[in-house]
Amino acid sequence: MSDITVNTPIGSEPRSAPITAVGPIAWLRANLFSGWLSTAVTLVIGYVLVRAVMGFVDWAFVNAIWSVPVTNGVAQTQACRELHGSGACWAVVTEKHRFMLFGTYPYEQHWRPALVCILFVALYIVSSLRRFWNWRLIPIWTVTLTAIGVLMWGGIFGLPYVPQERWGGLPITLILATFGLAFAFPLSVLVALGRRSSLPAIKVLCVLYVELIRGVPLISLLFMASVMFPLFLPEGMNIDKLLRAQIAIILFAGAYLAEVVRAGLQALPKGQYEAADAMGLSYWQKTGFIILPQALRLVIPPLVNTFIGFFKDTSLVLIIGIFDLLTAGKTAIVEPSWQGFGVEVYVFVGLIYLVFCFAMSKYSQGLEAELNRHRRR
Amino acid sequence: MSAAIETPGFIASAVRTDAPPAIVLDKVNKWFGALHVLRDVDLQVAAGERVVVCGPSGSGKSTMIRCINRLETHQEGHILVDGIELSDDVRALGAIRREVGMVFQSFNLFPHLSVLENCTLAPIWVRKMPKKDAEELAMEYLTRVKIPEQAKKYPGQLSGGQQQRVAIARALCMKPKIMLFDEPTSALDPEMIKEVLDTMVMLAGTGMTMIVVTHEMGFARTVADRVVFMDRGEVVEVGTPTQVFNDPKTDRLKLFLSQILRGH
Repeated sequence: MSDITVNTPIGSEPRSAPITAVGPIAWLRANLFSGWLSTAVTLVIGYVLVRAVMGFVDWAFVNAIWSVPVTNGVAQTQACRELHGSGACWAVVTEKHRFMLFGTYPYEQHWRPALVCILFVALYIVSSLRRFWNWRLIPIWTVTLTAIGVLMWGGIFGLPYVPQERWGGLPITLILATFGLAFAFPLSVLVALGRRSSLPAIKVLCVLYVELIRGVPLISLLFMASVMFPLFLPEGMNIDKLLRAQIAIILFAGAYLAEVVRAGLQALPKGQYEAADAMGLSYWQKTGFIILPQALRLVIPPLVNTFIGFFKDTSLVLIIGIFDLLTAGKTAIVEPSWQGFGVEVYVFVGLIYLVFCFAMSKYSQGLEAELNRHRRR
Repeated sequence: MSAAIETPGFIASAVRTDAPPAIVLDKVNKWFGALHVLRDVDLQVAAGERVVVCGPSGSGKSTMIRCINRLETHQEGHILVDGIELSDDVRALGAIRREVGMVFQSFNLFPHLSVLENCTLAPIWVRKMPKKDAEELAMEYLTRVKIPEQAKKYPGQLSGGQQQRVAIARALCMKPKIMLFDEPTSALDPEMIKEVLDTMVMLAGTGMTMIVVTHEMGFARTVADRVVFMDRGEVVEVGTPTQVFNDPKTDRLKLFLSQILRGH
């Protein structure tokens, strides 16, 4: 670098780089049109992309039908059928969105599950803000989850009682995912610590738990929870079906998360454990202040990966007859006049899943950057 | 090796012969699997005494001092620290670790905590010191190791020498009676070795009981009351720095000295 400055006449201004070296034109040349092969590939992919996007826009917006007339409670879907698939029939979403979102919950009480969904989202937002990361989260969660229970069940404060069998749609998905991960995560940390314990009994127990649960598909666990488990209970005693599915999901997610957490524990240098020991910290002080904060930061990406996976896996409860968002969407198009409009319904349901999963993904990226600031020099 | 510290006997001895010994190792034996790494090690360290342990790599010197705060467990013999015998008793172990500070070759600072938090963690949670007092104490020690201005930084933002000085301050914040140093300068670049050795010389001047595993002969001559030479898990020779370095009795020590002095 010093050679260049020596050769430059004293006092000359630094010139900006030529347009062929920096800026968007240079970027295009370097990345898309660097040779005849690259140019050809760019053009072909560009053509396919433009055609696909135009086709989607035509289908989803230009040719789409947003609503259809309803006579005597039956939707008149002839207009939609005449499109023969050239346009989306969003009318199915317009007409059926409340059923998809809230299932068979009594229609005039739909504000209750709607409020529950808003409460859940508010709870996620508050929990994601670092300034609430202290003891206050415990009362916030307790109060919100109690309010959610009161709203869903009712039976007090003048709210009519709604049995759990009639719950459905998005609240079910959010309940299963939130309780599932809220319980599975602490469980997984304990199991991961237990797997590295020096006490043989605890270690064997944790290894058995992880290996047994991981070796079985979630579907079979759900079947066991819904069909086999009641057989072991004494006569007359019955545990709510949703609760049984919830426990199955917690146990399943716990085993997977435990392995992720264990990876983080193993990635920490031994010196960190030794330094904490040498200072006289107790096991729980060492774990809480030194080991877990570092181990969990390391595994944020795979943790969130597992979280996102389980958010979507809650839809498997459909096989034991629980009415989550996906099942409600599927049921919405059973009605004869709406048969054949599955694509629109699944796009709508998929969008809802996407919003939640994408939010998790973006948040985890931010959190990772924020928490690993100390690694930057 | 360390040209800066050459004046022998610069630091006056602080050995207190009236007090009970700080550390007693009595016929200590240890095996890693089938490998016999400590063989009948006997050593007594008086309160206020400064002992330098040297020897070729694999001679068991690190293992020996790691046994003193039970980062390693010994299989035979007895180790008494500050009058307390090391055993499986967790409370006794806690009591010993509170009084024994340790500085590692690889610093082992906690990278997710600031320098100040590294120093206050153990005083607050182990010594139950109020946070404010712990911070004042930490700043006092950080000033003594000459890096008070780095208190808010994270360890990753400091040089190796600065990190090792933080590690020394962190150990001192527990107000230990005994300090163990496990090759504290071995992982450092040459220009940073001096700043860490200076800090240790300063500490030696305060009358701290110290056991230092190191090859820094200049440091040993300056501060050590005794030098212990270990080889193949045994204590081979013990004596004053002058006796050990100038008048080796055994062939093993002669060989070792010739090897480490060849580089100078």
